[in-house]
Amino acid sequence: MIGSLVVVPVVAPLATAAVLLAFARRRALRRVAGLVVSGVVLVAAVCLLILVRDGSVLVVRIGGWAPVVAIGFAADTFTALMLCAAALVVLVCLASAAATGQDGHPFFVPLALVLAAGANGALLTVDLFNLFVLIEVMLVPSYVLLALRGEARDMRASRVYVATNLLASTLLLTGVGLLYGVSGTVQLAELVGAGRESSPAALAGGLVLVALALKSAVVPVHAWLPRSYSDAPPVVVALFSGLLTKVGLYALIRVFAVVYGGAADYLWIIGVVALVSMVVGVLGAVGEHSMRRILSFHMVSQIGYVLLGLALFTEASLTAAIFYLVQYILVKAALFLSVAAVHADRGTDRLASLGGLAATRPILAMSFAGAALSLAGLPPFSGFLAKFLLIRAAVDSGAWLAVAVALGVSLLTLTSMLKIWGSVFWGPPGPAEPVALGEGARTWATASALTLAVVTLLLGLAAQQLLVLSGEAATGLTDPVEHPRVER
Amino acid sequence: MSAAALLVGLLAAAGTFMLLRGTQLRLIIGFILLTHAVNVVLLSAGGLRWRAPAFAGGGPGRADPLPQAFALTAIVITFGITIYLLGLLVRTGRDAAGGGADPTDDDRADTRPGDGREQDEL
Repeated sequence: MIGSLVVVPVVAPLATAAVLLAFARRRALRRVAGLVVSGVVLVAAVCLLILVRDGSVLVVRIGGWAPVVAIGFAADTFTALMLCAAALVVLVCLASAAATGQDGHPFFVPLALVLAAGANGALLTVDLFNLFVLIEVMLVPSYVLLALRGEARDMRASRVYVATNLLASTLLLTGVGLLYGVSGTVQLAELVGAGRESSPAALAGGLVLVALALKSAVVPVHAWLPRSYSDAPPVVVALFSGLLTKVGLYALIRVFAVVYGGAADYLWIIGVVALVSMVVGVLGAVGEHSMRRILSFHMVSQIGYVLLGLALFTEASLTAAIFYLVQYILVKAALFLSVAAVHADRGTDRLASLGGLAATRPILAMSFAGAALSLAGLPPFSGFLAKFLLIRAAVDSGAWLAVAVALGVSLLTLTSMLKIWGSVFWGPPGPAEPVALGEGARTWATASALTLAVVTLLLGLAAQQLLVLSGEAATGLTDPVEHPRVER
Repeated sequence: MSAAALLVGLLAAAGTFMLLRGTQLRLIIGFILLTHAVNVVLLSAGGLRWRAPAFAGGGPGRADPLPQAFALTAIVITFGITIYLLGLLVRTGRDAAGGGADPTDDDRADTRPGDGREQDEL
């Protein structure tokens, strides 16, 4: 029974998507089924989190095959935390898509569900080859979602996106193949410390890490992200921002922590990449003039913060990185859903065409402001505590350069958020006319953004629980062998 | 073994060259070549000398089935994505022939968030 709980986040959306393909003309059915199954996944994820909150690991081998050939899933605290955040984002994004009518295409809900299934599977999997397969399961629907409207500029964005991710997948597969060649296994549990003990394994693992970095849009391989996200439908971008790059980042943390075990020889590389990502991302946002483009550049910058926690590789810094990653998924999705609500209201997200929305849409303005302040790291939102924990960990490790960069980049992030606030929500009304859209649709679009903004506020005010869980997750990362593994 | 290494090198070099040519069709051909290189890497990861059947009456020198399964899965995935890329190519080619959209016009057709709202029965 508990064993099947681990499989639910993958199987339930996948099966529902397959069934929904048969109902191309039943829009309401698709909508309800999508919301219900996302809710079920969220409940399953929360149950898993409760089961593994003490740091135990639930392992399931599908079909009872021998460990080498079985498809294995395992849930530890880190996985369960990520699953909860991802499931919440999927649920809220589907609600927002239903509200703004973006789920009109018969394939929208099924594709979003397959995407979620792939992402959940990639979070749960125990071997690197299945990681590759499940990341593909996640990416293929994202290729189609990006081009679903069939417009020429979507095709252009889609080409960049598909080509980049295909290259990353090819690299990932090569890395996995080489790792199998030098170590004879792709099971993460058997690869513990392999990168520290043998240089060929370190090299092969390095290729895996480069591929995952490309998927998470880490500088210097970040340029595809703003180019492909800035034109996509806003709800789709919110979904992507919550799942795609974050799964890459999760896998990056997991693989580095397990295979290299924090080998000090390689930490500086991650440190440099983290700092450069933070700075380049935030500076890239300065010259941009649409909400989606500004926010996509900030994604690059925030990924740097999470990687900084990995680069310091202390118990405190890993706790901070995990806390940061989990709350950041929700914050970013809240921001993109605010963009989706603005876009649904005015038909554009260009700063020059908007203005004065705080007067007409006060609740939307509030949800954007909450998420934006959280992104910049101001109290009482969750982003403040995340940044505080990270900076304290950096101070403890004596990484003063990292402290200075992290503080400076927060300040620039705040400036950037104020720029959006000033031109979209304050000032005289912009030239963009309100779109003819029902009052109910507007309310629901705002409500989905507000939900996530409230969650980030609650995570900031009552952070103790998440902090304990993040600490447990960090312990699970640093000594992956020590933890009790419960076979079902 | 060294023949396999040479083959991988050749395929990867040719694939990279095609990728960098800059046109869409060459990009696709480049990816096809690159993924062939990866498949050879996967197969040689299991050792190319062991050729006896993996399960039925194995004995010494039996092949490692896992990398073969990897390669098979990878071939299927790549095949699907190649078809999708070719589909995109056909689609963009047709749009470009019909005038296409101005790449600098960010908001073109962006004013229809309720696009297709009522096209389905509820």
